[in-house]
Amino acid sequence: MAIAATGTSSWRITIVSAIILVILAILPQIVDPYQTVLLTYGLIMAIAALGFNLLLGYTGLLSFGHSAYFGTGAYAVAFIARDLGAHSMELYIVGGMLGTLVVAAIFGFVCVRHTRIFFGILTLALSQVLWSLAFKFFWVTGGTDGIRVPYTNLTLVGGLVDFKGAGSFQRFIYAYYYYVLVLFSISTAILWVITHSPFGKALQAIRDNETRARFVGISVRRYRWIAFMISGIFTGLAGILWVPLNGLTTPDILYWPFSGEIVFMTVLGGFRSFTGPIVGAIAFNYLKTYAIASTEYWQLLLGVVLVILVMALPAGIVGTIARLAAKLRRRTK
Amino acid sequence: MTLLETVNLKKYFGDTHAVDDVNLTIAEGEFISVVGPNGAGKTSLCNVISALLVPDSGRIIFRGSDVTHSSVIERVKAGIARSFQLVNLFDDLTAFDNVALAIFSRDGKIRNMAALADHDRAVAVEADTILEQFGLASKRNEIARDLAQGERKLLDVALAYALRPKLLFLDEPTSGVSTRDKDKIMDTIASVVRAEGITAAIIEHDMDVVFKYSNRIVVMHQGAILAEGTPDAIRNNDQVAMILLGSSGPDAFSRKE
Repeated sequence: MAIAATGTSSWRITIVSAIILVILAILPQIVDPYQTVLLTYGLIMAIAALGFNLLLGYTGLLSFGHSAYFGTGAYAVAFIARDLGAHSMELYIVGGMLGTLVVAAIFGFVCVRHTRIFFGILTLALSQVLWSLAFKFFWVTGGTDGIRVPYTNLTLVGGLVDFKGAGSFQRFIYAYYYYVLVLFSISTAILWVITHSPFGKALQAIRDNETRARFVGISVRRYRWIAFMISGIFTGLAGILWVPLNGLTTPDILYWPFSGEIVFMTVLGGFRSFTGPIVGAIAFNYLKTYAIASTEYWQLLLGVVLVILVMALPAGIVGTIARLAAKLRRRTK
Repeated sequence: MTLLETVNLKKYFGDTHAVDDVNLTIAEGEFISVVGPNGAGKTSLCNVISALLVPDSGRIIFRGSDVTHSSVIERVKAGIARSFQLVNLFDDLTAFDNVALAIFSRDGKIRNMAALADHDRAVAVEADTILEQFGLASKRNEIARDLAQGERKLLDVALAYALRPKLLFLDEPTSGVSTRDKDKIMDTIASVVRAEGITAAIIEHDMDVVFKYSNRIVVMHQGAILAEGTPDAIRNNDQVAMILLGSSGPDAFSRKE
């Protein structure tokens, strides 16, 4: 079990992550640009799912409203670009994360007063409030047309990289991939440390036994709130990174089915392991893309996959692989 | 010196007088047992003292200050820790992590999210020492869920003990384990508690255990304290024997087997 493996020596984890990072860095040189774009989307969603899983896998709270934080990040970027006329990605990130923090702090404050289904319904309801705002206040949000954030105006790394002139799309794809890869790596590292810190252990304690957590002196509600805010911020970061790549933000990303997708990808990868959401997000992104490309009834296809998944692989991709590996190791012993 | 004092403590559930006007005093360094038939209010008393239940009236004085209205966490910080009759553990964490969590919390390190828990040497050494004291060293890396019932009971007590409380309340530490394990568990608990000079109060059904380990016995009946005294005094108290065993007379407790 992945949670049991926390004692694994850190040098082994460092080496494995380094190898994966090198592979991810080389990949765009081998595959065609379309695959690079897909992978960029996958890495962005991986950040969202990792943030989401801090609540589900580590704190034991199932949020059905994480579209709220993804959407807040995305719309914050769109507002900064349109209304302030700023084009620096770093500014977007700072502004978007602050915006997400405020929303997550307020929503979280309300939601952590409840657990289980009540928590889930509250997160869902609050995210729908944001969705209806984005949908109805079209003179601010553009309604269903959304707000365009064209990559051609974007600058990365404090203005050092821009995308003006001929062949800029190609340059954008590659530069943006590496930009996202760096932020993905930083986010993963930060969340890995958080989940393995005393604070992260406290969250797991709360997940396992709320009463006992109080009886060892942990303020359950406050810790849940902090976890909620951290979770929201990372999902918000994903929304921020998503906008320039998509070129547009629409109310769809605030709508509840998008929250469902975040839940789906996390469960697909396995919420009981740290790396599950990463694998799940990337896999889901490919699955959805090819489902849409191959059939009109792609939602049906995804539905069938979800049913099979829940029944056959309740531990998700990573959880199942970990179990098989453990079995194999026992046999060879 | 008085460590804990309850003044006219009451907790009613409808018509049931779970805790009825209880004036209990526990002195520092004591090992007391609270006994009584099922439904006598022992666990309720423990719940009120540990803040799991709010009393209807009365006061709880701990180390000279009124803690009647303080929260669970405030009472834990003040030095009241407890274990549970029905084992309450962090089931998906290892035995080591269970104990380490209590230490992190006690030392105020639990807020830290910028360092790896496994890299704290001081906490690791202390957690391993505690596991050793409770005979759980070999189970260090096992998930709490996978431990045997007796081991889970011990881990539950170890968790409370790791908080280094002034007062340790143990709610039936030997219930649900085999007779053979009972002695082992009680020997372990008694030796650890004595070595650290911790004041302990246990709720127990097994009178052999009670007579063997406690300096003082408090007998509860229908929510009230019926009698209290040394093991010898309680052993020779006919009224107590009548309530606990249904028979009295000399040597009632030793005849009952």
